[in-house]
Amino acid sequence: MSENLIEIKGVRHAYPTKSGPLPVLDGLELSVPEGGFAAVVGPSGCGKSTLTRLIAGLMKPDQGEVWLHGELVKGPKSTVGMAFQNPVLLEWRTILQNVMLPLEIVPTKLSKREQEDRARKLLALVGLEGFEEKRPSELSGGMRQRASLCRSIVHKPDVLILDEPFGALDAFTREDLWQTMHKVKAEEPFTGVLITHDLRESIFLADQVVVLSGRPAKTQYVMDVHLTGDRDIEHLYTPESAEALNILRHQIQIAQGRTDAEETAT
Amino acid sequence: MTLRQILVPLSAIVLFGVFWEFLVWVNGWPNYVMASPSDLPPAYARYWELFFVMGWQTLWRTVVGLLLAIVFGVFLGMVMGFSRTMRDALYPLLVGFNAIPKATVVPIVALLFVGDHNFNTILIAFMISFFPIAVSVSIGLSTLEPEYRDILASLGASKTTIFWKIALPKTLPEFFGALKVAVTLAFIGTNLMEIVSPHGRGLGALFDSGKTNSDYPLMFAVLIALALMGIVLYYVVVALEKIFAGWAERSPSY
Repeated sequence: MSENLIEIKGVRHAYPTKSGPLPVLDGLELSVPEGGFAAVVGPSGCGKSTLTRLIAGLMKPDQGEVWLHGELVKGPKSTVGMAFQNPVLLEWRTILQNVMLPLEIVPTKLSKREQEDRARKLLALVGLEGFEEKRPSELSGGMRQRASLCRSIVHKPDVLILDEPFGALDAFTREDLWQTMHKVKAEEPFTGVLITHDLRESIFLADQVVVLSGRPAKTQYVMDVHLTGDRDIEHLYTPESAEALNILRHQIQIAQGRTDAEETAT
Repeated sequence: MTLRQILVPLSAIVLFGVFWEFLVWVNGWPNYVMASPSDLPPAYARYWELFFVMGWQTLWRTVVGLLLAIVFGVFLGMVMGFSRTMRDALYPLLVGFNAIPKATVVPIVALLFVGDHNFNTILIAFMISFFPIAVSVSIGLSTLEPEYRDILASLGASKTTIFWKIALPKTLPEFFGALKVAVTLAFIGTNLMEIVSPHGRGLGALFDSGKTNSDYPLMFAVLIALALMGIVLYYVVVALEKIFAGWAERSPSY
Protein backbone atom coordinates (compact mmCIF):
# COMPACT_ATOMS: atom_id res chain seq x y z
CA MET A 1 0.00 0.00 0.00
CA SER A 2 0.95 3.60 -0.36
CA GLU A 3 2.02 5.79 2.54
CA ASN A 4 -1.44 7.32 2.80
CA LEU A 5 -3.24 6.66 6.04
CA ILE A 6 -6.69 6.98 4.52
CA GLU A 7 -7.15 5.63 1.03
CA ILE A 8 -10.55 5.49 -0.60
CA LYS A 9 -10.68 4.00 -4.06
CA GLY A 10 -13.54 3.96 -6.52
CA VAL A 11 -16.25 3.75 -3.88
CA ARG A 12 -19.81 3.32 -5.12
CA HIS A 13 -22.81 3.08 -2.90
CA ALA A 14 -26.58 3.13 -3.33
CA TYR A 15 -29.42 3.11 -0.80
CA PRO A 16 -32.47 1.00 -1.52
CA THR A 17 -35.63 3.09 -1.84
CA LYS A 18 -39.20 2.37 -2.91
CA SER A 19 -38.43 3.47 -6.47
CA GLY A 20 -35.28 1.38 -6.85
CA PRO A 21 -31.73 1.94 -5.66
CA LEU A 22 -30.67 5.55 -5.09
CA PRO A 23 -27.00 5.95 -5.96
CA VAL A 24 -25.26 8.24 -3.47
CA LEU A 25 -21.57 7.72 -4.13
CA ASP A 26 -20.28 6.94 -7.58
CA GLY A 27 -16.55 6.85 -7.96
CA LEU A 28 -15.28 8.54 -4.84
CA GLU A 29 -11.53 8.90 -4.39
CA LEU A 30 -9.80 10.29 -1.31
CA SER A 31 -6.23 10.02 -0.05
CA VAL A 32 -5.05 11.55 3.19
CA PRO A 33 -1.42 11.10 4.29
CA GLU A 34 -0.56 10.51 7.93
CA GLY A 35 -1.01 13.77 9.83
CA GLY A 36 -2.99 15.25 6.96
CA PHE A 37 -6.29 17.02 7.32
CA ALA A 38 -8.77 16.83 4.45
CA ALA A 39 -11.92 18.89 4.21
CA VAL A 40 -14.75 17.49 2.11
CA VAL A 41 -17.20 19.99 0.68
CA GLY A 42 -20.09 19.55 -1.71
CA PRO A 43 -23.74 20.36 -2.30
CA SER A 44 -26.17 19.23 0.37
CA GLY A 45 -27.39 15.68 0.16
CA CYS A 46 -24.39 14.55 -1.88
CA GLY A 47 -23.47 11.72 0.46
CA LYS A 48 -20.90 13.35 2.69
CA SER A 49 -22.26 11.68 5.81
CA THR A 50 -22.26 8.35 4.02
CA LEU A 51 -18.56 8.92 3.47
CA THR A 52 -17.94 9.35 7.21
CA ARG A 53 -19.83 6.16 7.99
CA LEU A 54 -17.75 4.30 5.40
CA ILE A 55 -14.46 5.48 6.91
CA ALA A 56 -15.68 4.62 10.41
CA GLY A 57 -16.55 1.13 9.21
CA LEU A 58 -20.18 1.57 10.22
CA MET A 59 -21.23 0.47 6.73
CA LYS A 60 -19.68 -1.20 3.72
CA PRO A 61 -19.64 0.25 0.22
CA ASP A 62 -21.35 -1.66 -2.60
CA GLN A 63 -18.16 -1.37 -4.61
CA GLY A 64 -14.68 -0.01 -4.06
CA GLU A 65 -12.34 -0.11 -1.11
CA VAL A 66 -11.67 1.89 2.03
CA TRP A 67 -8.18 1.44 3.47
CA LEU A 68 -6.99 2.69 6.83
CA HIS A 69 -3.34 2.29 7.78
CA GLY A 70 -2.80 -0.20 4.97
CA GLU A 71 -5.70 -2.34 6.15
CA LEU A 72 -8.97 -2.88 4.34
CA VAL A 73 -11.84 -1.58 6.50
CA LYS A 74 -14.32 -4.37 7.19
CA GLY A 75 -16.05 -3.14 10.34
CA PRO A 76 -15.80 -0.55 13.11
CA LYS A 77 -12.34 -0.15 14.58
CA SER A 78 -11.40 1.48 17.82
CA THR A 79 -8.83 3.56 15.94
CA VAL A 80 -11.45 6.03 14.79
CA GLY A 81 -12.84 9.07 16.60
CA MET A 82 -16.03 10.81 15.57
CA ALA A 83 -17.69 14.14 16.29
CA PHE A 84 -20.96 15.35 14.80
CA GLN A 85 -22.91 18.57 14.39
CA ASN A 86 -25.00 17.37 17.33
CA PRO A 87 -22.53 17.07 20.24
CA VAL A 88 -24.48 14.02 21.54
CA LEU A 89 -23.18 14.29 25.09
CA LEU A 90 -24.80 11.92 27.57
CA GLU A 91 -26.85 14.17 29.85
CA TRP A 92 -26.67 11.86 32.86
CA ARG A 93 -22.89 12.04 32.94
CA THR A 94 -20.62 14.88 33.93
CA ILE A 95 -18.44 16.48 31.27
CA LEU A 96 -15.41 14.54 32.55
CA GLN A 97 -17.32 11.23 32.44
CA ASN A 98 -18.51 12.05 28.94
CA VAL A 99 -14.97 12.63 27.71
CA MET A 100 -13.85 9.35 29.28
CA LEU A 101 -16.63 7.32 27.60
CA PRO A 102 -14.49 5.93 24.70
CA LEU A 103 -11.91 4.64 27.20
CA GLU A 104 -14.64 2.39 28.62
CA ILE A 105 -15.01 0.73 25.21
CA VAL A 106 -11.54 0.80 23.71
CA PRO A 107 -8.95 -1.46 25.33
CA THR A 108 -6.43 0.79 27.06
CA LYS A 109 -3.30 0.33 29.10
CA LEU A 110 -3.97 3.47 31.11
CA SER A 111 -5.01 3.13 34.74
CA LYS A 112 -8.22 4.82 35.88
CA ARG A 113 -6.14 7.63 37.36
CA GLU A 114 -4.22 8.16 34.09
CA GLN A 115 -7.44 8.05 32.06
CA GLU A 116 -8.88 10.80 34.20
CA ASP A 117 -5.68 12.84 33.96
CA ARG A 118 -5.76 12.55 30.19
CA ALA A 119 -9.40 13.65 30.01
CA ARG A 120 -8.68 16.61 32.30
CA LYS A 121 -5.67 17.60 30.20
CA LEU A 122 -7.74 17.60 27.01
CA LEU A 123 -10.51 19.62 28.63
CA ALA A 124 -7.96 22.18 29.74
CA LEU A 125 -6.53 22.26 26.22
CA VAL A 126 -9.88 23.25 24.72
CA GLY A 127 -10.53 25.79 27.48
CA LEU A 128 -12.99 23.80 29.59
CA GLU A 129 -10.93 23.77 32.78
CA GLY A 130 -13.26 24.04 35.78
CA PHE A 131 -16.22 22.53 33.91
CA GLU A 132 -15.24 18.88 34.47
CA GLU A 133 -17.99 18.19 37.01
CA LYS A 134 -20.73 20.13 35.21
CA ARG A 135 -23.57 18.47 33.32
CA PRO A 136 -23.91 18.99 29.57
CA SER A 137 -27.18 20.89 30.10
CA GLU A 138 -25.23 23.52 32.05
CA LEU A 139 -22.93 24.30 29.11
CA SER A 140 -23.42 26.51 26.07
CA GLY A 141 -23.50 25.06 22.54
CA GLY A 142 -19.88 25.94 21.81
CA MET A 143 -18.69 24.46 25.09
CA ARG A 144 -20.59 21.24 24.46
CA GLN A 145 -18.94 20.99 21.07
CA ARG A 146 -15.52 21.45 22.71
CA ALA A 147 -16.31 18.61 25.12
CA SER A 148 -17.46 16.46 22.21
CA LEU A 149 -14.15 17.16 20.48
CA CYS A 150 -12.24 16.00 23.57
CA ARG A 151 -14.27 12.80 23.64
CA SER A 152 -13.47 12.10 19.98
CA ILE A 153 -9.69 12.20 20.57
CA VAL A 154 -9.35 10.90 24.13
CA HIS A 155 -8.45 7.38 22.95
CA LYS A 156 -5.80 8.76 20.53
CA PRO A 157 -7.53 7.62 17.35
CA ASP A 158 -5.55 7.28 14.12
CA VAL A 159 -8.33 8.97 12.25
CA LEU A 160 -10.58 11.77 13.41
CA ILE A 161 -13.84 12.13 11.51
CA LEU A 162 -15.62 15.45 11.95
CA ASP A 163 -19.09 15.61 10.43
CA GLU A 164 -19.95 19.33 10.33
CA PRO A 165 -19.04 19.78 14.00
CA PHE A 166 -19.30 23.56 13.89
CA GLY A 167 -22.35 23.77 11.61
CA ALA A 168 -24.84 24.71 14.31
CA LEU A 169 -22.71 27.36 16.06
CA ASP A 170 -22.85 31.10 15.64
CA ALA A 171 -20.13 32.70 13.51
CA PHE A 172 -17.96 34.02 16.35
CA THR A 173 -18.07 30.80 18.38
CA ARG A 174 -17.24 28.93 15.20
CA GLU A 175 -14.12 31.01 14.60
CA ASP A 176 -13.08 30.42 18.23
CA LEU A 177 -13.41 26.72 17.69
CA TRP A 178 -11.36 26.85 14.49
CA GLN A 179 -8.51 28.29 16.54
CA THR A 180 -9.05 25.60 19.17
CA MET A 181 -8.80 22.96 16.44
CA HIS A 182 -5.36 24.25 15.47
CA LYS A 183 -4.26 24.19 19.07
CA VAL A 184 -5.53 20.63 19.47
CA LYS A 185 -3.84 19.47 16.29
CA ALA A 186 -0.51 20.93 17.45
CA GLU A 187 -0.73 19.18 20.83
CA GLU A 188 -2.47 15.97 19.79
CA PRO A 189 -1.57 15.25 16.18
CA PHE A 190 -4.21 13.35 14.23
CA THR A 191 -5.16 12.51 10.69
CA GLY A 192 -8.50 14.08 9.98
CA VAL A 193 -11.43 14.23 7.61
CA LEU A 194 -13.71 17.21 8.04
CA ILE A 195 -17.11 17.35 6.41
CA THR A 196 -18.27 20.94 6.09
CA HIS A 197 -20.49 23.37 4.23
CA ASP A 198 -18.28 26.30 5.03
CA LEU A 199 -15.59 27.06 2.44
CA ARG A 200 -13.75 29.45 4.77
CA GLU A 201 -13.66 26.74 7.38
CA SER A 202 -12.30 24.25 4.86
CA ILE A 203 -9.31 26.35 3.83
CA PHE A 204 -8.66 27.59 7.35
CA LEU A 205 -8.49 24.15 8.93
CA ALA A 206 -7.49 21.67 6.23
CA ASP A 207 -4.45 21.21 4.06
CA GLN A 208 -6.49 19.56 1.35
CA VAL A 209 -9.99 20.48 0.17
CA VAL A 210 -11.95 17.87 -1.73
CA VAL A 211 -15.02 19.00 -3.69
CA LEU A 212 -17.64 16.34 -4.31
CA SER A 213 -20.04 16.53 -7.22
CA GLY A 214 -23.80 16.45 -6.73
CA ARG A 215 -25.52 13.15 -6.10
CA PRO A 216 -24.29 10.55 -6.95
CA ALA A 217 -21.04 12.01 -5.66
CA LYS A 218 -17.63 11.51 -7.14
CA THR A 219 -14.46 13.39 -6.39
CA GLN A 220 -14.72 16.42 -8.63
CA TYR A 221 -11.83 18.61 -7.56
CA VAL A 222 -8.94 18.53 -5.09
CA MET A 223 -7.17 21.65 -3.86
CA ASP A 224 -4.04 21.75 -1.74
CA VAL A 225 -4.08 24.55 0.77
CA HIS A 226 -0.80 26.25 1.54
CA LEU A 227 -1.76 28.34 4.54
CA THR A 228 0.94 26.69 6.60
CA GLY A 229 2.33 27.69 9.96
CA ASP A 230 0.37 29.54 12.58
CA ARG A 231 -2.95 30.13 11.01
CA ASP A 232 -4.77 33.21 12.08
CA ILE A 233 -8.23 34.38 11.18
CA GLU A 234 -6.50 37.25 9.32
CA HIS A 235 -5.15 34.67 6.89
CA LEU A 236 -8.66 34.34 5.55
CA TYR A 237 -8.57 37.93 4.29
CA THR A 238 -5.43 37.71 2.15
CA PRO A 239 -5.63 37.79 -1.67
CA GLU A 240 -4.44 34.15 -1.80
CA SER A 241 -7.32 33.05 0.39
CA ALA A 242 -9.79 35.09 -1.62
CA GLU A 243 -8.60 33.40 -4.78
CA ALA A 244 -8.77 29.93 -3.26
CA LEU A 245 -12.29 30.63 -2.02
CA ASN A 246 -13.28 31.84 -5.44
CA ILE A 247 -12.06 28.68 -7.12
CA LEU A 248 -13.87 26.52 -4.57
CA ARG A 249 -17.09 28.51 -4.90
CA HIS A 250 -16.94 28.02 -8.63
CA GLN A 251 -16.41 24.28 -8.16
CA ILE A 252 -19.41 24.07 -5.85
CA GLN A 253 -21.54 25.81 -8.47
CA ILE A 254 -20.45 23.21 -10.99
CA ALA A 255 -21.27 20.47 -8.49
CA GLN A 256 -24.73 21.99 -8.05
CA GLY A 257 -25.13 21.91 -11.82
CA ARG A 258 -25.43 25.67 -12.11
CA THR A 259 -22.47 26.10 -14.45
CA ASP A 260 -21.64 24.12 -17.53
CA ALA A 261 -19.06 21.47 -16.74
CA GLU A 262 -17.21 22.30 -19.99
CA GLU A 263 -16.04 25.60 -18.51
CA THR A 264 -13.84 23.91 -15.95
CA ALA A 265 -10.37 23.33 -17.12
CA THR A 266 -8.59 22.46 -13.93
CA MET B 1 -37.36 19.83 50.60
CA THR B 2 -38.12 23.28 51.98
CA LEU B 3 -40.93 24.26 54.32
CA ARG B 4 -42.58 26.03 51.42
CA GLN B 5 -42.69 22.85 49.33
CA ILE B 6 -44.64 21.15 52.13
CA LEU B 7 -46.83 24.06 53.18
CA VAL B 8 -48.13 25.00 49.73
CA PRO B 9 -49.63 21.61 48.77
CA LEU B 10 -50.81 21.06 52.36
CA SER B 11 -52.74 24.32 52.51
CA ALA B 12 -54.21 23.54 49.09
CA ILE B 13 -55.58 20.28 50.52
CA VAL B 14 -56.97 22.08 53.60
CA LEU B 15 -58.61 24.72 51.40
CA PHE B 16 -60.15 22.00 49.27
CA GLY B 17 -61.59 20.31 52.40
CA VAL B 18 -63.03 23.59 53.65
CA PHE B 19 -64.62 24.26 50.26
CA TRP B 20 -66.12 20.77 50.18
CA GLU B 21 -67.55 21.16 53.70
CA PHE B 22 -68.99 24.54 52.76
CA LEU B 23 -70.58 23.20 49.58
CA VAL B 24 -72.36 20.41 51.46
CA TRP B 25 -73.47 22.78 54.22
CA VAL B 26 -74.73 25.56 51.97
CA ASN B 27 -76.78 23.15 49.84
CA GLY B 28 -78.07 21.29 52.85
CA TRP B 29 -77.16 17.92 51.24
CA PRO B 30 -78.01 14.93 53.39
CA ASN B 31 -75.38 12.19 53.95
CA TYR B 32 -76.83 9.89 51.29
CA VAL B 33 -76.29 12.50 48.60
CA MET B 34 -72.88 13.73 49.57
CA ALA B 35 -70.86 13.16 52.70
CA SER B 36 -68.83 16.05 54.03
CA PRO B 37 -65.25 15.99 55.37
CA SER B 38 -66.53 16.18 58.94
CA ASP B 39 -68.33 12.85 58.44
CA LEU B 40 -65.08 11.08 57.62
CA PRO B 41 -63.27 10.89 60.99
CA PRO B 42 -66.18 8.97 62.63
CA ALA B 43 -66.17 6.55 59.71
CA TYR B 44 -62.43 5.98 60.06
CA ALA B 45 -62.76 5.62 63.84
CA ARG B 46 -65.44 2.97 63.51
CA TYR B 47 -63.71 0.86 60.90
CA TRP B 48 -60.04 1.65 61.43
CA GLU B 49 -59.09 -2.04 61.71
CA LEU B 50 -60.80 -2.82 58.42
CA PHE B 51 -59.09 0.12 56.80
CA PHE B 52 -55.67 -1.17 57.77
CA VAL B 53 -56.29 -4.78 56.77
CA MET B 54 -58.03 -3.97 53.50
CA GLY B 55 -55.81 -1.04 52.69
CA TRP B 56 -52.83 -3.33 52.94
CA GLN B 57 -54.52 -5.89 50.67
CA THR B 58 -55.19 -3.26 48.07
CA LEU B 59 -51.69 -1.82 48.35
CA TRP B 60 -49.69 -5.00 47.99
CA ARG B 61 -51.74 -6.31 45.11
CA THR B 62 -51.46 -3.00 43.31
CA VAL B 63 -47.69 -2.90 43.80
CA VAL B 64 -47.23 -6.49 42.64
CA GLY B 65 -49.39 -5.82 39.57
CA LEU B 66 -47.38 -2.70 38.88
CA LEU B 67 -44.04 -4.49 39.21
CA LEU B 68 -45.22 -7.15 36.76
CA ALA B 69 -46.35 -4.36 34.43
CA ILE B 70 -42.88 -2.78 34.65
CA VAL B 71 -41.07 -6.04 33.85
CA PHE B 72 -43.40 -6.97 31.00
CA GLY B 73 -43.82 -3.41 29.73
CA VAL B 74 -40.08 -2.76 29.58
CA PHE B 75 -39.50 -6.08 27.84
CA LEU B 76 -42.25 -5.41 25.29
CA GLY B 77 -41.00 -1.87 24.80
CA MET B 78 -37.48 -3.14 24.14
CA VAL B 79 -38.71 -5.67 21.59
CA MET B 80 -40.76 -3.02 19.80
CA GLY B 81 -38.08 -0.36 20.15
CA PHE B 82 -35.34 -2.38 18.54
CA SER B 83 -37.24 -4.22 15.81
CA ARG B 84 -39.32 -2.45 13.20
CA THR B 85 -41.03 -5.69 12.29
CA MET B 86 -42.08 -6.38 15.85
CA ARG B 87 -43.30 -2.80 16.18
CA ASP B 88 -45.45 -3.12 13.06
CA ALA B 89 -46.72 -6.49 14.23
CA LEU B 90 -47.49 -5.67 17.86
CA TYR B 91 -48.81 -2.10 17.80
CA PRO B 92 -52.30 -2.85 16.42
CA LEU B 93 -52.66 -5.76 18.84
CA LEU B 94 -51.55 -3.62 21.74
CA VAL B 95 -53.77 -0.66 20.87
CA GLY B 96 -56.75 -2.95 20.36
CA PHE B 97 -56.11 -4.61 23.70
CA ASN B 98 -55.80 -1.27 25.43
CA ALA B 99 -59.00 0.01 23.83
CA ILE B 100 -61.09 -2.71 25.50
CA PRO B 101 -62.62 -1.17 28.64
CA LYS B 102 -61.11 -3.12 31.49
CA ALA B 103 -64.45 -3.08 33.34
CA THR B 104 -65.65 -5.59 30.74
CA VAL B 105 -62.60 -7.80 31.23
CA VAL B 106 -63.07 -7.97 34.99
CA PRO B 107 -66.06 -10.38 34.99
CA ILE B 108 -64.35 -12.55 32.39
CA VAL B 109 -61.19 -12.84 34.44
CA ALA B 110 -63.23 -13.34 37.61
CA LEU B 111 -64.98 -16.30 35.98
CA LEU B 112 -61.85 -17.63 34.31
CA PHE B 113 -59.86 -17.92 37.53
CA VAL B 114 -62.74 -18.16 39.92
CA GLY B 115 -61.65 -18.24 43.55
CA ASP B 116 -58.10 -16.96 42.94
CA HIS B 117 -58.94 -13.52 44.19
CA ASN B 118 -55.36 -12.34 44.69
CA PHE B 119 -54.33 -13.60 41.29
CA ASN B 120 -57.36 -12.03 39.58
CA THR B 121 -56.77 -8.66 41.17
CA ILE B 122 -53.07 -8.58 40.36
CA LEU B 123 -53.82 -9.65 36.80
CA ILE B 124 -56.23 -6.76 36.21
CA ALA B 125 -53.87 -4.24 37.84
CA PHE B 126 -51.13 -5.54 35.56
CA MET B 127 -53.26 -5.58 32.39
CA ILE B 128 -54.43 -2.03 32.85
CA SER B 129 -51.02 -0.53 33.59
CA PHE B 130 -48.41 -2.11 31.32
CA PHE B 131 -49.52 -0.32 28.15
CA PRO B 132 -48.10 3.19 28.83
CA ILE B 133 -44.83 1.66 29.98
CA ALA B 134 -44.42 -0.46 26.86
CA VAL B 135 -45.30 2.43 24.54
CA SER B 136 -42.98 4.92 26.20
CA VAL B 137 -40.00 2.57 26.32
CA SER B 138 -40.47 1.59 22.68
CA ILE B 139 -40.73 5.23 21.62
CA GLY B 140 -37.70 6.16 23.71
CA LEU B 141 -35.61 3.44 22.12
CA SER B 142 -36.78 3.86 18.55
CA THR B 143 -36.25 7.63 18.56
CA LEU B 144 -32.66 7.41 19.79
CA GLU B 145 -30.68 9.68 17.47
CA PRO B 146 -28.36 7.62 15.24
CA GLU B 147 -25.35 9.71 16.34
CA TYR B 148 -25.71 8.36 19.87
CA ARG B 149 -25.38 4.86 18.51
CA ASP B 150 -22.57 5.86 16.16
CA ILE B 151 -20.23 7.31 18.79
CA LEU B 152 -20.05 3.91 20.48
CA ALA B 153 -20.58 1.71 17.42
CA SER B 154 -17.63 3.36 15.64
CA LEU B 155 -15.44 2.21 18.53
CA GLY B 156 -16.55 -1.36 18.02
CA ALA B 157 -18.97 -1.47 20.97
CA SER B 158 -21.50 -4.30 20.96
CA LYS B 159 -25.26 -3.78 20.80
CA THR B 160 -25.55 -4.78 24.45
CA THR B 161 -22.96 -2.20 25.50
CA ILE B 162 -24.80 0.49 23.55
CA PHE B 163 -28.06 -0.53 25.22
CA TRP B 164 -26.68 -0.36 28.77
CA LYS B 165 -24.53 2.72 28.33
CA ILE B 166 -26.80 4.87 26.17
CA ALA B 167 -30.22 3.56 25.15
CA LEU B 168 -31.39 2.50 28.62
CA PRO B 169 -30.39 5.62 30.60
CA LYS B 170 -31.64 7.84 27.80
CA THR B 171 -35.10 6.24 28.01
CA LEU B 172 -35.40 6.64 31.80
CA PRO B 173 -37.21 10.03 31.78
CA GLU B 174 -39.88 8.66 29.41
CA PHE B 175 -40.11 5.50 31.50
CA PHE B 176 -40.74 7.42 34.70
CA GLY B 177 -43.29 9.64 32.98
CA ALA B 178 -45.18 6.50 31.98
CA LEU B 179 -44.76 4.98 35.43
CA LYS B 180 -46.57 7.94 37.00
CA VAL B 181 -49.55 7.21 34.75
CA ALA B 182 -49.26 3.47 35.37
CA VAL B 183 -49.38 3.88 39.19
CA THR B 184 -52.83 5.43 39.09
CA LEU B 185 -54.03 2.99 36.46
CA ALA B 186 -52.91 0.03 38.57
CA PHE B 187 -55.04 1.34 41.47
CA ILE B 188 -58.04 1.55 39.18
CA GLY B 189 -57.42 -2.03 38.09
CA THR B 190 -57.13 -3.38 41.62
CA ASN B 191 -60.29 -1.63 42.75
CA LEU B 192 -62.32 -2.66 39.72
CA MET B 193 -61.69 -6.28 40.61
CA GLU B 194 -62.26 -5.75 44.31
CA ILE B 195 -65.59 -4.05 43.73
CA VAL B 196 -66.96 -6.33 41.05
CA SER B 197 -65.92 -9.75 42.22
CA PRO B 198 -68.15 -11.31 44.90
CA HIS B 199 -66.59 -11.84 48.32
CA GLY B 200 -63.82 -9.49 47.31
CA ARG B 201 -61.13 -8.16 49.57
CA GLY B 202 -59.35 -4.85 49.84
CA LEU B 203 -60.65 -1.29 49.93
CA GLY B 204 -62.81 -1.94 46.87
CA ALA B 205 -64.73 -4.59 48.81
CA LEU B 206 -65.05 -2.20 51.75
CA PHE B 207 -66.51 0.36 49.37
CA ASP B 208 -68.93 -2.25 48.09
CA SER B 209 -70.07 -3.13 51.59
CA GLY B 210 -70.58 0.57 52.32
CA LYS B 211 -72.80 0.68 49.26
CA THR B 212 -74.79 -2.40 50.32
CA ASN B 213 -75.38 -0.96 53.80
CA SER B 214 -76.08 2.56 52.54
CA ASP B 215 -73.18 3.79 54.68
CA TYR B 216 -72.32 6.82 52.58
CA PRO B 217 -69.67 8.30 54.88
CA LEU B 218 -67.86 4.93 54.70
CA MET B 219 -67.91 5.04 50.90
CA PHE B 220 -66.40 8.51 50.91
CA ALA B 221 -63.88 7.48 53.53
CA VAL B 222 -62.73 4.67 51.23
CA LEU B 223 -62.36 7.11 48.34
CA ILE B 224 -60.19 9.40 50.42
CA ALA B 225 -58.09 6.46 51.67
CA LEU B 226 -57.56 5.39 48.05
CA ALA B 227 -56.57 8.90 47.09
CA LEU B 228 -54.04 9.00 49.95
CA MET B 229 -52.50 5.70 48.89
CA GLY B 230 -52.37 6.90 45.32
CA ILE B 231 -50.55 10.04 46.41
CA VAL B 232 -48.03 8.05 48.47
CA LEU B 233 -47.24 5.63 45.63
CA TYR B 234 -47.01 8.51 43.17
CA TYR B 235 -44.45 10.27 45.31
CA VAL B 236 -42.48 7.06 45.71
CA VAL B 237 -42.17 7.05 41.91
CA VAL B 238 -41.22 10.74 41.95
CA ALA B 239 -38.49 10.00 44.52
CA LEU B 240 -37.14 7.14 42.37
CA GLU B 241 -37.21 9.42 39.36
CA LYS B 242 -35.16 12.04 41.23
CA ILE B 243 -32.56 9.41 42.05
CA PHE B 244 -32.30 7.70 38.67
CA ALA B 245 -33.31 10.38 36.17
CA GLY B 246 -32.72 13.57 38.11
CA TRP B 247 -30.32 14.71 35.38
CA ALA B 248 -33.25 15.24 33.01
CA GLU B 249 -34.52 18.10 35.14
CA ARG B 250 -32.91 21.29 33.91
CA SER B 251 -31.65 23.76 36.42
CA PRO B 252 -33.64 26.95 35.86
CA SER B 253 -30.62 29.21 36.39
CA TYR B 254 -28.68 28.69 33.18
